Amino acid sequence: MLLQIQTPVPKDIPLELPLPEWLLVTLLILSFLLHIIFINLMLGGSILTIWAQIKGLKEKEYDILAHEIAKTITVNKSMAVVLGVAPLLSINTLYTIYFYSANALTGFAWIMIIPLITIAFLLTYLHKYTWEKFEGSKRLHIAIIGMATTIFLFIPLIFLTNVNLMMFPEKWGAVKGFLSALMLPNVFPRYFEFLGACVSVTGLFVVWYNGRRHYPFEEQYSVFTRYDVKRIGYSATIIGLGVQIFFGVIVLFTLPSKGIGYDVIAVMIAAGSFLVAALWWSYKSVTGDKRLLDARFKRIVMAVIIFMVLYGGSRQIYRHNALRKHQELVAEHTKAFQKQSKEAREHPVEEKEELELDPSLGELAKGSALFKQKCGICHKRDEKLVGPPMTEMAGIYTGKTEDLKSWIRQPGKKRADYPQMPGFKDQLSDEELNELAKFILSVK
Amino acid sequence: MDFPMFHLDWLNDRFLIAMIAILHVIINHGLAVGFIPFVTWLEQKGVKNSSSDQVTDSEWDKMAYKLMWTAFIITTTIGAMTGVGIWFSAALVSPSSIGSLIRVFYWAWFTEWVVFVTEVVLILIYFLTWKSSNRSLNAKLKHIRFGWFLAIFSWITMAIIVAILGFMMDPGNWQTERSLLSGIFNPIYLPQLFFRTPTAMVVGGTFGLMMIMLFTKKGSDVRNKAVRAAGKWILIWSPLALVAAINYYHVMPSAMQANMSTAIGTMEFEQYYTVLKYLIPLAICVVLIVALWAVIKTTRFKAYMALSAVIAIMAFLAIFERVREFVRKPYVIGNYMYSNLLRIEDYPLYKKDGILKHATYTSVHEITDNTKVEAGKNIFMLTCSRCHTTNGVNSITYVFERMYGAGKPLNEDDMEAYIPNMHEGRKYMPPFPGNKKELRALVAYIKHLQQTGEVLEGAQSSGVVINPDNSTTSVANHIEAEKRKTENKLVQKK
Repeated sequence: MLLQIQTPVPKDIPLELPLPEWLLVTLLILSFLLHIIFINLMLGGSILTIWAQIKGLKEKEYDILAHEIAKTITVNKSMAVVLGVAPLLSINTLYTIYFYSANALTGFAWIMIIPLITIAFLLTYLHKYTWEKFEGSKRLHIAIIGMATTIFLFIPLIFLTNVNLMMFPEKWGAVKGFLSALMLPNVFPRYFEFLGACVSVTGLFVVWYNGRRHYPFEEQYSVFTRYDVKRIGYSATIIGLGVQIFFGVIVLFTLPSKGIGYDVIAVMIAAGSFLVAALWWSYKSVTGDKRLLDARFKRIVMAVIIFMVLYGGSRQIYRHNALRKHQELVAEHTKAFQKQSKEAREHPVEEKEELELDPSLGELAKGSALFKQKCGICHKRDEKLVGPPMTEMAGIYTGKTEDLKSWIRQPGKKRADYPQMPGFKDQLSDEELNELAKFILSVK
Repeated sequence: MDFPMFHLDWLNDRFLIAMIAILHVIINHGLAVGFIPFVTWLEQKGVKNSSSDQVTDSEWDKMAYKLMWTAFIITTTIGAMTGVGIWFSAALVSPSSIGSLIRVFYWAWFTEWVVFVTEVVLILIYFLTWKSSNRSLNAKLKHIRFGWFLAIFSWITMAIIVAILGFMMDPGNWQTERSLLSGIFNPIYLPQLFFRTPTAMVVGGTFGLMMIMLFTKKGSDVRNKAVRAAGKWILIWSPLALVAAINYYHVMPSAMQANMSTAIGTMEFEQYYTVLKYLIPLAICVVLIVALWAVIKTTRFKAYMALSAVIAIMAFLAIFERVREFVRKPYVIGNYMYSNLLRIEDYPLYKKDGILKHATYTSVHEITDNTKVEAGKNIFMLTCSRCHTTNGVNSITYVFERMYGAGKPLNEDDMEAYIPNMHEGRKYMPPFPGNKKELRALVAYIKHLQQTGEVLEGAQSSGVVINPDNSTTSVANHIEAEKRKTENKLVQKK
């Protein structure tokens, strides 16, 4: 029998959103943009550092360049983490049900993000602060940043898998762990587009970093001129943009049909056209007049930023389309459940067991019933259950009713091999204690 | 009920959060909130004590820089990531509670984020411009000012997060008002903040003292001066910390205080409680003695003394956080949500219908004799698994065997009588939410666990099975039927 996998409709958290949805969406997109720029710089910086440092094995100048980029990684990574808090907060609030469900279904990978990034961060510091020490064994030194970069390369896959999985509740029943969720369509094309963005954004960063007036460029390098390094930056941007455009097209064509619409396609194509423009201007900068190298810089940066906003917007439109119907069901389901819950609260099923008095016991009836209700789960008549049997109690407390009562109210601990008994001072009145004690002490 | 259940069946889910959180608290108090003002104070001392032709005492300044270097590396790696990690782990283990808190505290967290960003920018500036600021007195004084700014922002981040922590223990007026401000100014807020502030200073000074012993040469002038300074710093703050601790203990709601005896460790360690209650003042005393020694017998101060103070203060912090987490029980959000993540207001409905009916994910929705154990497994996952494992830390078989005798076969009738009443005697346990049939299924599952040693896999490895009652098809049909019903009623009325 082939089991049909159903689509779940969980109930939402029955508390109002703290701010209007459109504002949350705006905050989500803008704060995510800030976060991802620094992520781009962290990962792109690591990739460029490795490249430059490997080239630096033969040409010293590249080693200096690698060191200069490496110094920025640790700064950018701190900004990336702290700027990630706001989009995380916003997506958690806006898509509580969807995001947390995806987190749990990929739980092991999700929590591994923490130790993995911690290790990667420590490795970037190790790499940065041991530049001189490893002068003799450069390959080992490159291996350190290599390890950090490998981790940095893996982490985005976990995030992408999560934001992808959250859009497809119909797949939740089929997913078994991170790897199966990773295989859902659209994760890898998006990932490679992202890697392209890391390189292109870092390329622009290198151009800006080396163009700053106060940056003591000439003290650092002996052969390279500012032009040389900036040219490296533009070249990286060209490569990155190329990768972005290539995989961007694949992203567009592999979007699962759920959620796709003319709006998504239109915004994505508009976004892509800005990338093409940025690529063209970067190409012109590198191949054109040396003196005009920076003439198009601002234009390129603007084009890339507009692309990011539009692309992020298109992802949000897609997410919105994909989830709209399901969100409506969730809202209705939540309402229906709250209604039922309210009715049940107002008309609770009487489960409070009345004391079952056994008239044949005469004046011991109430004590016996109380014992059954409050004590019976741990004490039996003649044998040890959790606590000692009644026969032992009677042996100790005969003639000392008050002592027994105060023990029940607030028990001490006498027996090392018995667990602590909880106190009943809030649950039993003095009158009830009298009845209870009477019953316990009646046992012979 | 509404989220796939992530579950660690050996380590225990709450242990995951605890590990990450305690590490974070130690780093946050010891290397940020309490440490930054200590380092800035040292840096300032260096300038004051230097001769007029120097910017600062360079030996002394180098030492202060090394302290800051250590704190910088640790706080921007382990410190930052464990902070995020608390969130990540809470999202996995306790999604309903963190999801609720976020809706109430969105703006508090957003403000916290703005402060965080400022804090990170300031620490980057403070640390990265340290060396270059030594070129002139003006630059150095400006640098020191950045240190104080950073110290203030570190403290503000703590001040905000403590509001949220305090709220989780006692929502105060929020129950009736449900507003952000009423949540923030819950009754435990100020006492807790008042307690954490001087404590952080003591921890920061203690960590500083240890680092001074590591980074300075034996018998050097710098070491002697620095050890004495650190000693003084600790001596100034510890009496305040002690007073604040006593005050904090007194304002904790009485129910929580009653619970404190079970807070530390598990029931069986209850007798150690009194010992532990004294361990907190004892830890402060150890730190005080070490600090006194550092001030009076500076030249005979040894690294192991600093180390013992570090250990004492870390134990103190860990126990404090453990107690703080535990005294919340049986709630995860006081009087609103139990630690099994079920809202109190929904209990009557669960009692009436059973919990499986309302569970989004369960492999059994009709309990029969054949599906009893499997149903029990789902009930265990939904109602017990946040705190109990099957065979690992705080396992369900272990807690029952401890009561009824280790290795003895568990009796289903005994457990069935015990579970509906356990919250009466064991105050930290939430009441069992399910109905009679579910109780029997749960008990059968526990018995089955004892017999087979079976383990329970969380959603992260075995995925989820969707309850057909709560699938898109049946929910949509149900909603349509309801709409038709109300429409019919309207027609009839007309």
